[in-house]
Amino acid sequence: MSNEKQVDPGRRGLLVATCAAGGVAGLATAGAFVSTFQPSERAKAAGAPVEVDISDLAAGTMKTVEWRGKPVWILKRTPEMLASLKKTDGEVADPDSDRTQFAVTPEYAHNEYRSIKPEILVVVGICSHLGCSPTSKFQPGAQPSLPDDWQGGFLCPCHGSTFDLAGRVFKNKPAPDNLEVPRYMFEGDNKLVIGKDEKGEA
Amino acid sequence: MAFQEKKLPADAPLADKALNWIDPRFPLSATWKAHVSEYYAPKNFNFWYAFGSLALLVLVIQIVTGIFLVMHYKPDANLAFASVEYIMRDVPWGWLVRYMHSTGASAFFIVVYLHMLRGLLYGSYRKPRELVWLFGVAIFLCLMGEAFFGYLLPWGQMSYWGAQVIVNLFGAIPFIGPDLSLWIRGDYVVSDATLNRFFSFHVIAIPLILIGLVVAHIVALHEVGSNNPDGIEIKEKTDAKGIPLDGIPFHPYYTVHDVMAAAVFLIVFSAVVFFGPEMGGYFLEYNNFIPADPLKTPPHIAPVWYFTPFYSILRATTSDFMYWLIAGVAAYVALIFVRSKLRGTTKMVAGIIGLVVVVGMLVFDAKFWGVVLMGVSVMILALLPWLDSAPAKSIRYRPDWHKYIYLLFGIAFLVLGYLGTLPPTAGRTLVAQICTFIYFGFFLLMPWWSRSGTFKPVPERVTYHPH
Repeated sequence: MSNEKQVDPGRRGLLVATCAAGGVAGLATAGAFVSTFQPSERAKAAGAPVEVDISDLAAGTMKTVEWRGKPVWILKRTPEMLASLKKTDGEVADPDSDRTQFAVTPEYAHNEYRSIKPEILVVVGICSHLGCSPTSKFQPGAQPSLPDDWQGGFLCPCHGSTFDLAGRVFKNKPAPDNLEVPRYMFEGDNKLVIGKDEKGEA
Repeated sequence: MAFQEKKLPADAPLADKALNWIDPRFPLSATWKAHVSEYYAPKNFNFWYAFGSLALLVLVIQIVTGIFLVMHYKPDANLAFASVEYIMRDVPWGWLVRYMHSTGASAFFIVVYLHMLRGLLYGSYRKPRELVWLFGVAIFLCLMGEAFFGYLLPWGQMSYWGAQVIVNLFGAIPFIGPDLSLWIRGDYVVSDATLNRFFSFHVIAIPLILIGLVVAHIVALHEVGSNNPDGIEIKEKTDAKGIPLDGIPFHPYYTVHDVMAAAVFLIVFSAVVFFGPEMGGYFLEYNNFIPADPLKTPPHIAPVWYFTPFYSILRATTSDFMYWLIAGVAAYVALIFVRSKLRGTTKMVAGIIGLVVVVGMLVFDAKFWGVVLMGVSVMILALLPWLDSAPAKSIRYRPDWHKYIYLLFGIAFLVLGYLGTLPPTAGRTLVAQICTFIYFGFFLLMPWWSRSGTFKPVPERVTYHPH
């Protein structure tokens, strides 16, 4: 009796079904392992909104608070600082914050000051290039690594990107986009909540 | 077949009896013969052929020192930095183990880069050694991953910000980028979760893959046989027993060579470990002796030297440079259409890919393309066996002007590497951009330049002068 070349369709069918079921189980298990890479519940809880008291913030000074492990800058701009934004309008890559690739600017900051209150700037102090934290260079005028007509702003030490006093990136710099404006809201005049606005948490 | 055991005389030595017991149960003698004592390697190897076994030696050093480091290291964002300092100061001889491991990382790349250069010079990647080369490229990728994951573990400023920069590279990928970097980090910034998973990759996942690939690399090599400085197949001229006329058994002839090379290597290695483990900031960056601070970026972030050529290519890709890249892609597609003998359909595919890339370059920003170019600059090595169409494998029998092309490529690679350690300026970026073109031009134009010129006659037998 020769049964070498005969395929038993019933057994072949069971074999295929077993392989398919095994494959699905394998993929589901792989999915569980992949999911373990996501932020844990504890990490998410640590990313909760942060409240900041800005009553002691003098004009022309900046305060840095930590939110989700990132530095968030709160800069109280002087009238001269606000005036400088008009001069840099032509030199920045995205003056109206229309780009959405790196971060979407919340609509309450989608204005020429990039803020709710013109004098209070709230941005995440992380360069849109590769995540370094720029340094503040508020002093206008010529200085090392900066152009001679510097109006004040921020300089990223890693790859030389420059930003104006609204966190807008200058043209032709490694950074592709403006500094991110996080979702934030005021609770009264002197209290800021970062990571949360009227629409809910970020 | 029935189980058979040879009958040895009663007074045979114990070792012979033991081997006689093992061999029918496990192919011990057969494996030893196939890979060592009866593996016939060409007799004309020169010093370039030492770097393969040296790489194996460094792998062993890294694994052994790594095992002992893990006994004292703590993969915890609050404890990691202090535990490395504890190893350095309080663990008896801990400083030696740690410096051997950190110096070993750089030594690994030095040895592997020289090993790859040898392959380039003598055409060791050519048919029939394509798989040997591909396994090698995979080993190189694993090494880069291993080095990157390991560099986060001391949790110094450079560890932290280096990881931050590299993980954010993935954020440049359109649509899925930001979620992908979040998934890699497991947190909104590089944090304890990131440190723990990188530790897991560094000490178990990648080393397992690495060892598997090293075995595959050697098994594939021993299947096809080693190349040699003349680029001749020694298996084509064999004696009556099928043994290559120009082959000599790996053991003892090359084991002694390799022991000699290991001795020289260990002298240099020890000199670095004992007298300059930081190597002027190139092997261990000074900023990494400051604990990680998520709120303060060091003034200048540079990767360790072995990544800098590729990092330079990343940085060279600015928005101005995109127009030159578009021009380069267009010119390359035109070259394929005009000067290649590919089939019409293949040319159409090349044209379509070129068009998609150009449109992509106009749509997506330079940051994304910098990441792509950096990735391609490493992955392009895998294409070498199919890009090189020179009639002679070895540089010895190529036209002399080919040597200048190799030299130009080598210089461009070193310049990129040097620039990658420095902060960028307008002038340096321009030089890096020129070198980027040379780097990719070397590979992409290889199908044309490698077959041009007058080749020297390749001898029948290997060049060998007994001494």
